[in-house]
Amino acid sequence: MMPHLGPMVRKEFIQMRRDRLTLGIMVGLPVVQLLLFGYAIQTDVRNLPTVVLDQSRTPESRDIVAAFQNTGNFRIVAHVNDRPALDRAIDRGEAQAGIVIPYDFPRRLARGTTARIQVIVDAADPLASQAAIGAAAGVAEVRNLALLTRAAGRSVVPLEVRVRPRYNPGLRSPNYIVPGLVGVILTITMVLITAMAIVRERERGTLEQLIVTPVTKTELMLGKIMPYVGVGLVQMTAVLLLGRFVFAVPLAGDVLLLYAIALVFVVASLSFGLFISTLVRTQQQAMQVAFFFVLPNILLSGFMFPRQAMPLFFQWIGLALPLTHFLKVLRGILLKGVGLEALWPQVAVLLGFAVVMIVASVRRFHKTLD
Amino acid sequence: MIQPSVETRGLTRRFGALTAVQDLTIRIEKGEVFGLLGPNGSGKTTTIRMLCGLLEPSAGSATVAGIDVTVAPEQIRQRIGYMSQKFGLYEDLTVSENLNFYAGIYELKGDARRRRVAAVVSFVGVGNRLRQLAAELSGGWKQRLALGCALLHEPTVLFLDEPTAGVDPAARRSFWRAIHDLAAQGTTVLVTTHYMDEAERCQRLAMMSGGRLIALGTPAEVAAAVGGRTLEDAFIILQERDER
Repeated sequence: MMPHLGPMVRKEFIQMRRDRLTLGIMVGLPVVQLLLFGYAIQTDVRNLPTVVLDQSRTPESRDIVAAFQNTGNFRIVAHVNDRPALDRAIDRGEAQAGIVIPYDFPRRLARGTTARIQVIVDAADPLASQAAIGAAAGVAEVRNLALLTRAAGRSVVPLEVRVRPRYNPGLRSPNYIVPGLVGVILTITMVLITAMAIVRERERGTLEQLIVTPVTKTELMLGKIMPYVGVGLVQMTAVLLLGRFVFAVPLAGDVLLLYAIALVFVVASLSFGLFISTLVRTQQQAMQVAFFFVLPNILLSGFMFPRQAMPLFFQWIGLALPLTHFLKVLRGILLKGVGLEALWPQVAVLLGFAVVMIVASVRRFHKTLD
Repeated sequence: MIQPSVETRGLTRRFGALTAVQDLTIRIEKGEVFGLLGPNGSGKTTTIRMLCGLLEPSAGSATVAGIDVTVAPEQIRQRIGYMSQKFGLYEDLTVSENLNFYAGIYELKGDARRRRVAAVVSFVGVGNRLRQLAAELSGGWKQRLALGCALLHEPTVLFLDEPTAGVDPAARRSFWRAIHDLAAQGTTVLVTTHYMDEAERCQRLAMMSGGRLIALGTPAEVAAAVGGRTLEDAFIILQERDER
């Protein structure tokens, strides 16, 4: 059975070993990407530069400014004396938030009418302003509660909602980003490598020599995929180890199961690259098509942007991407510690994807030159 | 009746509006060194590619070693050797790795493989360069290596597409000596060329022009048929006719 597969795989390994640049990229890319993404991407925006316009200048007003600062979301960078100065600071980007406390703030507070504070947030970047908006509302809520309970002469609050953020109690970004990054890095390298594989042989003229031999289409395709399965698993290991020891990302579930499912995902990605390889005529085209495929994977898979927020149509597109399903597996196993009983639908989709892609590639590829 | 080694009947290949090979009918006997001669674009390479199963014929039929190329191209592969015009081996593999890769592809194993690779290495004379990367070889050595890889499985028919393009005269001479040795052992050789001295070394020639067979026979017969005293005269007459 498949007598020519062994020599094909051996040949690919020798070529891989000789191609130092590509090998370096395959190992270097995950490390660099992980460090970049891991440190740079923090979705919880803290320390928003803030200017304060305190018109009342009283202990009460200073107290409330301190309360804002204590949330950690606002970092007071300046105090200004009038409204135009505050607007200017935000327009110029020196500050992204402004807190305005009016003259009558302490008086209204004392009289028991509604005391108003205005918080201005630069929402040009909604992701950055969201945390500040939430924190501002929080400050008001806490204060209100304290004032109301005191006024009512009660020592306990009437109602309390306790939220327990399960699986990532600290709401840490790395816990969210690093597992996703495993999938993203595998997608990029696996698809790119194999997208070039067959066109490279075609361009160099080695394919012509190879297809006059008894090697079969399937052996040729599998021979191109198999060596890189190992590369993919090595990449994954590198990212997981760095994630564990540099970013303290938990590893709650069964690692063996993760590798087993990753194997399926890697084969699915490789076979997709292979399919691209059968569509194009040059390595440059292969590169372009591969990038065209990688981009929606990053945007629509739920790696960075929540799929629930997307219009239904884009959610469907996301479902057609193997990364979407693998991300559920990665987060499921690494963060939630769940097993196959929860993840079998994802595994089934990934398996189906791999099979369909390999069959499609073998069908599209003809052992002729035209 | 002895079965011909290669036989084509009305073999035709079109690329869109262009007819690269038109209605080619030839018959090559076992152990013959048969030349396909003609200027660039005359259809030599297309003919060889069809016979190797690299291109499908648009019309007509061809058999190689008794097997129809359109019906069972895969069965032909084990029986033919092919050297493409452009060096088709892996430049990032060494001479020995290339030979062993193709030996593996032709399902040679263990002792049999070692013996066969050693025999081919000594036949094409690459024994001193086994550990050199193919990329570092000069044209003549690359051509020897390519011939070696095409011979590993002892093919009955050998297709050589301009095998000596860009190779120095001494290397060309030793290459042709090897070709005649192979033919003497019963291998049929179909070779394309546009070197006249090489064409003279073929037992029979098919002269092609514009995709058509112009003349067929021994070098002297072909020259006479086209209306030249020598083969070179004939070739120039043809080329001028093509350019008009």
